[in-house]
Amino acid sequence: MRAFSELYEQLDSTTSINAKLAALVRYFRAAPAHDAAWAIYFLSGRRLKRVVGSATLRQWLLQESGLPEWLLEETYSTVGDLAETIALLVERDGARSPSGLSLSEWLERLLPLPAMSPAEQQLHVVQWWKELDARGCFLLNKILTGELRVGVSAGMVERALAEVTSLPRTVIAHRLMGTWQPGPKFWAFINAPAEASGDRSRPYPFCLASPLEARPETLGAVSDWLIEWKWDGIRAQVLRRDDGTWIWSRGEELITDRFPEVVRRAAALPVNTVIDGEILAWRDGVRPFGELQQRIGRKKLTAKILEETPVQLLAYDLLELDGVDLRDRPISERRELLEQLSSRSSAGFDLSPLVVADDWDALRELRAGSRERFVEGMMLKRRDSAYGTGRQRGVWWKWKIEPYTFDGVLVYAQPGSGRRANMLTDYTFAVHDGAELVPVAKAYSGLNDKEIARVDRWIRQNTVERFGPVRSVKPELVFEIAFEAINESGRHKSGVAVRFPRIARWREDKPAAEANTIEDLRGLLRVEPAASDAR
Amino acid sequence: MRIMEAALITVTDRGLYCPQADFHIDPWQPVARAVITHAHGDHARSGSEQYFAAGEGAGVLRHRLGRDLPLQTLAYGEVFRIGPAVLSLHPAGHVLGSAQVRIEIDGRTWVVTGDYKRTPDPTCAPFTPVPCDVLISEATFALPCYSWPDTRDVVEEIYRWWQANREQGIASVLFAYAFGKAQRVLAELLAFTDEPVYGHGAVLPLVEEYRRAGISMLPTLPVEKTKKADYAGALIIAPPSAAGSTWMRRFGDASTGFCSGWMRIRGARRRRGYDRGFVLSDHADWPGLLQTIADSGARKVLLTHGYSDALVRYLREQGVDADALRTAYGEEE
Repeated sequence: MRAFSELYEQLDSTTSINAKLAALVRYFRAAPAHDAAWAIYFLSGRRLKRVVGSATLRQWLLQESGLPEWLLEETYSTVGDLAETIALLVERDGARSPSGLSLSEWLERLLPLPAMSPAEQQLHVVQWWKELDARGCFLLNKILTGELRVGVSAGMVERALAEVTSLPRTVIAHRLMGTWQPGPKFWAFINAPAEASGDRSRPYPFCLASPLEARPETLGAVSDWLIEWKWDGIRAQVLRRDDGTWIWSRGEELITDRFPEVVRRAAALPVNTVIDGEILAWRDGVRPFGELQQRIGRKKLTAKILEETPVQLLAYDLLELDGVDLRDRPISERRELLEQLSSRSSAGFDLSPLVVADDWDALRELRAGSRERFVEGMMLKRRDSAYGTGRQRGVWWKWKIEPYTFDGVLVYAQPGSGRRANMLTDYTFAVHDGAELVPVAKAYSGLNDKEIARVDRWIRQNTVERFGPVRSVKPELVFEIAFEAINESGRHKSGVAVRFPRIARWREDKPAAEANTIEDLRGLLRVEPAASDAR
Repeated sequence: MRIMEAALITVTDRGLYCPQADFHIDPWQPVARAVITHAHGDHARSGSEQYFAAGEGAGVLRHRLGRDLPLQTLAYGEVFRIGPAVLSLHPAGHVLGSAQVRIEIDGRTWVVTGDYKRTPDPTCAPFTPVPCDVLISEATFALPCYSWPDTRDVVEEIYRWWQANREQGIASVLFAYAFGKAQRVLAELLAFTDEPVYGHGAVLPLVEEYRRAGISMLPTLPVEKTKKADYAGALIIAPPSAAGSTWMRRFGDASTGFCSGWMRIRGARRRRGYDRGFVLSDHADWPGLLQTIADSGARKVLLTHGYSDALVRYLREQGVDADALRTAYGEEE
């Protein structure tokens, strides 16, 4: 654990990309194969399924520390992180000679925990707390609760591994995709010569667009761009191989089982075809994301839900055809091949249509109708662009529509976590409902550090009541909240649920009385079309 | 039956006040007589008619409040009188010249700790527990998560960080309070090196005051305003207010660190945006506060600033008569 915890510290204690890269390279050059594989596992954002829950750890800490529960709570809310609270409070005997076990040896130790009785688990974990130094203890708890996050991007890990292995980054990126077992075998695969083919069921790294903030006119002639609708569904790669079909989400989750109708149609695709597209709820056209979400939310796909909410794959890119990797070809060419493929009688998918217009103004007009089409705006892809790895600047843009907004009153606040631990940064906003204020949205982000500090101070001075970590405050501050969509909801007291709420700005100019009303929000419900023939 | 005893110290809008003898301790408004526990800005303010402070801190106090300050200095333990009160100052271990104030009237003893710490510090006399009936203690870090690591380990970390930056050819800018923390770091680093360290303009005059008081520290060099020196590999000590200022530009690509008890918490470290946080505090940690309260033998404990509410509740649950006192002292460190 020593080497990994030093790496963690180095990554955590610098914002310099070069320093992070250097630390990763140093680590991977020295790490034994088994450790290196586990390190990649965690660094690439993969997490173990929770081995022990945080409520359980908290209980053990309560017993171990002998502190009153309220004081433990107060300390926890100051630290903002349970794993760290434990590391800070446990008195350790081995602090000066921390355990010499490596990362993979630690995993061998802790993976059998779920099979043990709670008493045995407690005995082991509490012993480990004392055996490790503070940083190791922190990491152990993060691994146990499945919450280990490391401050590096996927791209940085790829770059470091490319340097260590002297392989092209794209090869590394591909090898890191999908699910794999961390072990020496995986590390050997990462290091294998570029030609070596791995597991053919793994997806290619997704090519991502950047948000377009400038005017589209700055991009030059419309004719240089391939323009698509920006669908609001699940971005997915569909891989058709000789031994089956795999569907991967953009988050690298295998979601094949969730969408049997897509799998069924994909059987018609030629063997060794890989398609990038969007899975959407579909009934005589695309349905709002909310419907798809309901289907995803179901644990079991019943015949009923399959009939109620069928889905469709709209393809917009072709990454591999007949076993040939097309990613380096321009998208104009890939699109042509995709269209040819879709025109075959048993295509296996539907095509995401291109948006055609003579100039940017015409596009602007079309884009204004995005909400009626249940899309989030448009995608602009330069005709000569390859299918890159990760986020692309300059060649792929997402040109999203302006979000909805409302002015809400701050009514509750609670401490954030991580960088915002100990600061009151998680807010609940309400709108007027007659004489009352009814909460409609929670938002965490959107303010800068200075504003956060000011709001934090204000909250502390204007707290009305405290319920554990949550404070109710005087209903005075007004914030403009941006959000993407609004749906009726039986689960919320307000009767509506807003999607992706975030703070657009602090309206210091507005008194609480001028905040929006629930009727204003309900008014937007009616704007959202109930059914669509919009395509 | 318990007879209500008159408090020897109350809080007025000007500060901690002794009504029987008409003097203030660390007043935040000008008063007739001010007993000063130490020279930090939130405890020592100008404008009072007469000041009393420990002799060891006279230099820094005059540096901050003026050379012609009407100051009466006292040795630690020396007894002096104001009206009916018998006073003495005792080392608080916070910074050079910091003192606890012991007040005795009619056989009753109150102690005001001021800011203090119980970890060793080569730049000031070590904290000595003072028995009393009522203890007024600071509570800046009164939560169990605040317990300080061994100073030597932290200083070694600072030294290693400096050396690692040097290997990469970049400067190390260490932020530490200009009075107290900066000098403590310079003194502690003597265990590792005798190399000179650059000091910000706010730090160096206080370093000189410390040298005049006989404190050994690493040699210091000024950060020149005009000459472009090569700071690669150097250590520079600066007050936190210099972070993010144009003054920083001269060091080019530098690594930054901050010395403070608040750096004990990872979230605080990340929020401040320094590359490194070093847990080095001039305040008492949780075990230090509890130890001090136990050592004092006080039957009543009053707590000022920081997490005083949590400590009050904890002490009450332990059967100690405790209360919070609202003061205007800051929690900067």
